[in-house]
Amino acid sequence: MPDVPRPPVTDWATDFDHTHPDYAASAPEIWDELRETCPVAHTERFGGAWLPTRHEDVARIAKDTDNFSSQGIIVTDWRPDVPRPMGYAPPITSDPPFHAIARGLLLQFFSPKAIDGWEATARATCRELIAEIKASGTDLVDGAADYAQHIPVRVIADMLDLPREDGDKFRVFIHRIMEEPGQNQVLDYEDTLEAYLSRKIIERRENLGDDLISYLCNADVEGMALEDRHIFGTIALLIIAGIDTTWSGIGSSIWHLAQNPVDRKRWLTDPEVRPFALEEFLRFYAPVTMARLVAEDVEVGGCPMKEGDWTLLPFPSANRDPEAFDNADEFVIDRQRNRHTAFGLGIHRCVGSNLARMEMRVAIEEWMDAFPDFELADPESVTWSTGQVRGPRAMSIRITS
Amino acid sequence: MPTVKIKYDRDACQGHNRCYMLAPELFDTDDEGYAILLVEGDVPAELEEKARLAADNCPEFAIEIID
Repeated sequence: MPDVPRPPVTDWATDFDHTHPDYAASAPEIWDELRETCPVAHTERFGGAWLPTRHEDVARIAKDTDNFSSQGIIVTDWRPDVPRPMGYAPPITSDPPFHAIARGLLLQFFSPKAIDGWEATARATCRELIAEIKASGTDLVDGAADYAQHIPVRVIADMLDLPREDGDKFRVFIHRIMEEPGQNQVLDYEDTLEAYLSRKIIERRENLGDDLISYLCNADVEGMALEDRHIFGTIALLIIAGIDTTWSGIGSSIWHLAQNPVDRKRWLTDPEVRPFALEEFLRFYAPVTMARLVAEDVEVGGCPMKEGDWTLLPFPSANRDPEAFDNADEFVIDRQRNRHTAFGLGIHRCVGSNLARMEMRVAIEEWMDAFPDFELADPESVTWSTGQVRGPRAMSIRITS
Repeated sequence: MPTVKIKYDRDACQGHNRCYMLAPELFDTDDEGYAILLVEGDVPAELEEKARLAADNCPEFAIEIID
């Protein structure tokens, strides 16, 4: 938790704060209200930031890489000091033309067919976790902490050939970066993600394997080996972006199913609905809000964005825009027309989207097969993450069958 | 019987793979995960519904059905 409480927000249109606990508690209601009353909100916090809430404006910014830079993608009180076009975590922090190079190195590992090869790992992980839950002998389980959070950690650890036991370390690193950005804790260097990965990169260079870290250590771009900061940044990205997000997507899906017995029954009895249900989970509970830095003064939705301002890209708000979706505020398990933006839009479409989707599908399938009936043990006690990734972090579930 | 054609815009495609998942008879993916349109010309009548589904779910509006 923050050392200093964030000042309360009195007006979300002119003083929003997406890192405030009130935002975590009721972001969908805040987006709906802003979309109606002030579709591009502003705050002086973070040195000046914007919050567009309509699909049209979010899409426009996501696709405009001239006026909006990815040099910064997590809103903080300061501005990133790693220069364009690579940024500190390529390709997510990269701008054209370097972006295509950094992204091109990764795409082959994350295509749908490549990801098929990891499904067995994900399924085995889910089954191990479920066996542990069943063996615990209680009907109460934390669906976020005991189940959802472990699944992406184990798969990405295997893809990078890192020990699964290091998963707890990953979660600490991620929490600091994603949920407490800008809170300057004094850290021992040896206890940082940078130190951890630097050691791993040195080890891997001496003993190359067939994992993704080895591939990057061995890769070249036009005959030149990748810079160390490029390798470090990309691996840090895969760990950070691949875990918090998917964990949130799985947790939100379980949160929904816990409260909707009709949807549980439909999932169990109608396998053909599952692909549509999965995309609807992604639309309705999209975990990720990205950000951009304004690179050149530009107007969006009548608002003057100035060079150096932040703008958030709340894809989950775009997904609930009634201009873009029929019955946008309803979860429709068999929704047929669903151009959701959970994985972003434009050149920065989530490189891990096929992995995330596979992990979510397998995690829900295995959970529902094991626990067809369950409910929130105490709905009021569920806590949601703050910041730019939204999902349940503590979620006590009572298994009822 | 009227038939439809598919217009696929490779430049707009960002590799979301929604078309490939919904209509694998009509779309494959390349090694990097971008879509490959598998049919040239008229879409077989029994796949018309899947073609519309693929178009209606593309986040980038990269697929158009020409009636």
